[in-house]
Amino acid sequence: MQKPVRTPEPAAPLVRAQELVKDYPAGETVVPALRGVSITIAAGEFVAVMGPSGSGKSTFMNLLGCLDRPTSGRYWLGGEEISTLSGDQLARVRNRQIGFVFQHFNLLARTSALDNVALPLLYSGCEAAERRARAARRLDQVGLAERMDHQPSQLSGGQQQRVAIARALVNDPRLVLADEPTGALDTHTSVEIMALLQSLNRAGITIVLVTHEHDIAAYAGRIVSFRDGRITEDRPNAAAEAAPEIAAG
Amino acid sequence: MNFLATLRVSLKALRINKLRSGLTMLGIVIGVGAVIVMIAVGNGAQARVEDQIRALGSNIIIVISGSGHSGGARGGAGSQPTLTEDDAYAIAREIGEVQAAAPSLRGSGQVIAGNANWSTLFYGTTPDYLEVRDWPLAEGRGFQSSDMNGAAKVALVGETVAKNLFGDESPLDQVIRVRKVPLTVIGVLAHKGQNMMGQDQDDVILMPLSTARNRVLGGVQAKVRSIGAIMVKVRQNADMKAAETHIKELLRQRHRIQPEADDDFFLRNLSEILDAQEASSRVLALLLAAVASVSLLVGGIGIMNIMLVSVTERTREIGLRMAVGARSRDILTQFLVEAVTLSLIGGFAGIALGIGAAEVIGRTAGWRIELSGAAIVLSMGFSAAVGVFFGFYPARKASRLLPIEALRYE
Repeated sequence: MQKPVRTPEPAAPLVRAQELVKDYPAGETVVPALRGVSITIAAGEFVAVMGPSGSGKSTFMNLLGCLDRPTSGRYWLGGEEISTLSGDQLARVRNRQIGFVFQHFNLLARTSALDNVALPLLYSGCEAAERRARAARRLDQVGLAERMDHQPSQLSGGQQQRVAIARALVNDPRLVLADEPTGALDTHTSVEIMALLQSLNRAGITIVLVTHEHDIAAYAGRIVSFRDGRITEDRPNAAAEAAPEIAAG
Repeated sequence: MNFLATLRVSLKALRINKLRSGLTMLGIVIGVGAVIVMIAVGNGAQARVEDQIRALGSNIIIVISGSGHSGGARGGAGSQPTLTEDDAYAIAREIGEVQAAAPSLRGSGQVIAGNANWSTLFYGTTPDYLEVRDWPLAEGRGFQSSDMNGAAKVALVGETVAKNLFGDESPLDQVIRVRKVPLTVIGVLAHKGQNMMGQDQDDVILMPLSTARNRVLGGVQAKVRSIGAIMVKVRQNADMKAAETHIKELLRQRHRIQPEADDDFFLRNLSEILDAQEASSRVLALLLAAVASVSLLVGGIGIMNIMLVSVTERTREIGLRMAVGARSRDILTQFLVEAVTLSLIGGFAGIALGIGAAEVIGRTAGWRIELSGAAIVLSMGFSAAVGVFFGFYPARKASRLLPIEALRYE
């Protein structure tokens, strides 16, 4: 297993997608969700994927995260071609290289924050003591050191999303994918969560974020816009680089 | 992910969802418990009938002397003493299916002991009689060959006779007078209870054949070696029908009966009456087994439903686990272990409940209860199989989805 690489080789981008196409069968017909998307993302980038609903941005995100398979096209993650991997190999890629943050948190109910964060480690074969130590460290990093034994129902939405972020980070992934991470949160909490993601990115983690809100996308260093299954715009966002770092918490 | 870790994850998942786990187990508990109780009751009823048969003396054929007639009136069976003692010995000696054959002469009369008296039946017979009837002695000794040869004035008394003549005293070595003939009691027969017709089988006195013929009955019955009936015991597992045919052939031959002439004796087979009773108890047991099967089926459907629903409901959880790196087989192992654990705990609880309920029913209703190992194994096996299959099958289906499909499952 390769160690996660934080400093990119210019020749080997972290993400390289080539002509990704995804069709969904709908009865007799086929609904095209992605109609040929090619993109390259370097390690350390913070990319916001924007677009109206139905534009294909979530489908694109699911393909990046190996949660779904493209109908055609190729995809490399860290130089390794993903499109040809088996189901078990994909599980390993998701486990070792990718961290997910979902809109609705997707935490296990009636399970402590610590156990939720440690869940990915369970599937990478860590010892129990190491699982606890690493999960505790990540919870501390997102500012929830005091809430380790709380269950999701005892936490606020923002706190739940922090737990989810800690879970996404626990395996030291190369890539964190956040699908509308602030979609279920109020404005104030959204700002906190985005500040947390931004600080993680400044610490070297590559983040791809899906959102349809411009002020959320504004935190990213690069904004990619989708419409009708295609990329319509791909521009750097200089404002984010210049923005002062907001303290997490 | 190793097995121990999976085991821990599964047990945790079960603990977290206590209500769901409890409901699932309930189906198994009831299915298993109901089957065990019903089979136990059915088997108990059957065993009781079999006991009654055994008490009567199983596999017995009674040969009765033929009917005579005086003028136009025909007497009943046994009214003509056509059988002899030697017929009994020949049957015992020459027919392979026969274990023992005891000739008997029957009489009845007043029995006196001290100042007590009692009217009862008495039989003159041989020591084989006790073997044929499966009738042990409660105390004392049986007849010996010297008693038989010398027409000894000895007798064995049944429990009822002993109680009526001697109360709580031991009848051993006491003298009873049967039709004015004094006989010494040498043994007391063990309790046998009522027969199928409600007659008290313990209300009886046994004496050597020669004593009955020469000393007590006298008169017509004193005709040389003639007897009233022969009790024949057929060997365990031997064919009753074949034994009957052979006895009939032998006696016809010994009595020199022409091929077209009627038998001068009757064969009665107790097991024919008992077969009917046994058949009806078997029908009862079958009925209960059918009801048990239905409850097992209903329990199975209950297990199936709750398993299908609860596992399907957890499709999103399965999706999440896959998204963070669980392989299909990690998911499968987890749900398999959960289903097996539920099935085992539910199964054992069901066995405990079934045995307990059977005991309670046995005590309160006074029924005889026979627990069946096969029923326990079968019901447990069936419930566990259903539980495991329907816990496993939807999990397998979910684990084969792409993670995104499982995550989006509504």
